[in-house]
Amino acid sequence: MKSRRAGPPVFEGKTDVAEASGGLVIRPMDQFEVRPLFGGDTVGIFTITNVTLWMALTIAAVTLLMVVGSRGRALVPTRSQSVAELAYSFVYKMIEDVTGRDAVRFFPYIMTLFMFVFFANILGLVPFAFTTTSHIAVTAVLALAVFISVTVLGFVINGASFLRLFWVDSAPLALRPVLALIEVISYCVRPVSHSIRLAGAMMAGHAVAKVFAGFAAALGAAFFVPVLAVAALYALELLVAVIQAYVFTILTCVYLKDALHPHH
Amino acid sequence: MEGELADMGRYIGVGLTAIGMGGAAIGVGNIAGNFLSGALRNPAAAAGQTAMLFIGIAFAEALGIFSFLVALLLMFAV
Repeated sequence: MKSRRAGPPVFEGKTDVAEASGGLVIRPMDQFEVRPLFGGDTVGIFTITNVTLWMALTIAAVTLLMVVGSRGRALVPTRSQSVAELAYSFVYKMIEDVTGRDAVRFFPYIMTLFMFVFFANILGLVPFAFTTTSHIAVTAVLALAVFISVTVLGFVINGASFLRLFWVDSAPLALRPVLALIEVISYCVRPVSHSIRLAGAMMAGHAVAKVFAGFAAALGAAFFVPVLAVAALYALELLVAVIQAYVFTILTCVYLKDALHPHH
Repeated sequence: MEGELADMGRYIGVGLTAIGMGGAAIGVGNIAGNFLSGALRNPAAAAGQTAMLFIGIAFAEALGIFSFLVALLLMFAV
């Protein structure tokens, strides 16, 4: 921790691709800096930052689509209502397919997770936007909420027999304690991979786009080559944003299945 | 350990974690390729297995992400 200053910026200093390449300074990590919106330098718990702003916009977008957009409840849906219905039936079918029919009662939670992550990813692609899901702090809260609620749910529904999840009956007896240890470790590491996957994918994509954009400034007349590359990357990032929201939700469904049906 | 030598070792280590990305790439490519070859043999069953495809890719990718985590720890936490 020797070179870290106190204060909010998570990534700073050593990250420029930079000085070595002759005056070209690219700072791909600057876009992830958390700063207060209304002046001041310190970030406390209740400071309004750009993260707060973009999370509020995310929630506003979800509300706009799911509440306002489908308010008419028409038999023949309007455009916004049919998009909302598409999202609804997509998540509903995912839960039915992956977790089973009895998990449908957890639909509101999983739908909320999907819509939040999806819109946070998509809004992050707006130029000059802040990608809230690119911060491990944000995704870790989402993943820990899933992990804790799934674990508590597993014990509430199955009692102590939830521990049979870690006891592989089909393995030879001598191997079972070793396998149990491995299963416990892989269970406990779930929130780590669950959160870092989303944050890492979003952060890496945006940083790469920024690096290529920096090349465009440096190349002068040949600027259109990296600009075309950025356009292609943007299309890829749109795909990644949707797929990561899908993967985050489907893994929640998989973890939920373990809580509801712990027997292999 | 302080100083330039430690910094150099750290940057080399960060670079080496990119090998983990290669491993994840092999895993994801394996899954997608096998899915495609299976799907071309039996296209009727393919649609129902796309969820399994994405779960498999997510699990394979997780290990590549752990190498990314090691890189982050080396850069910012060590």
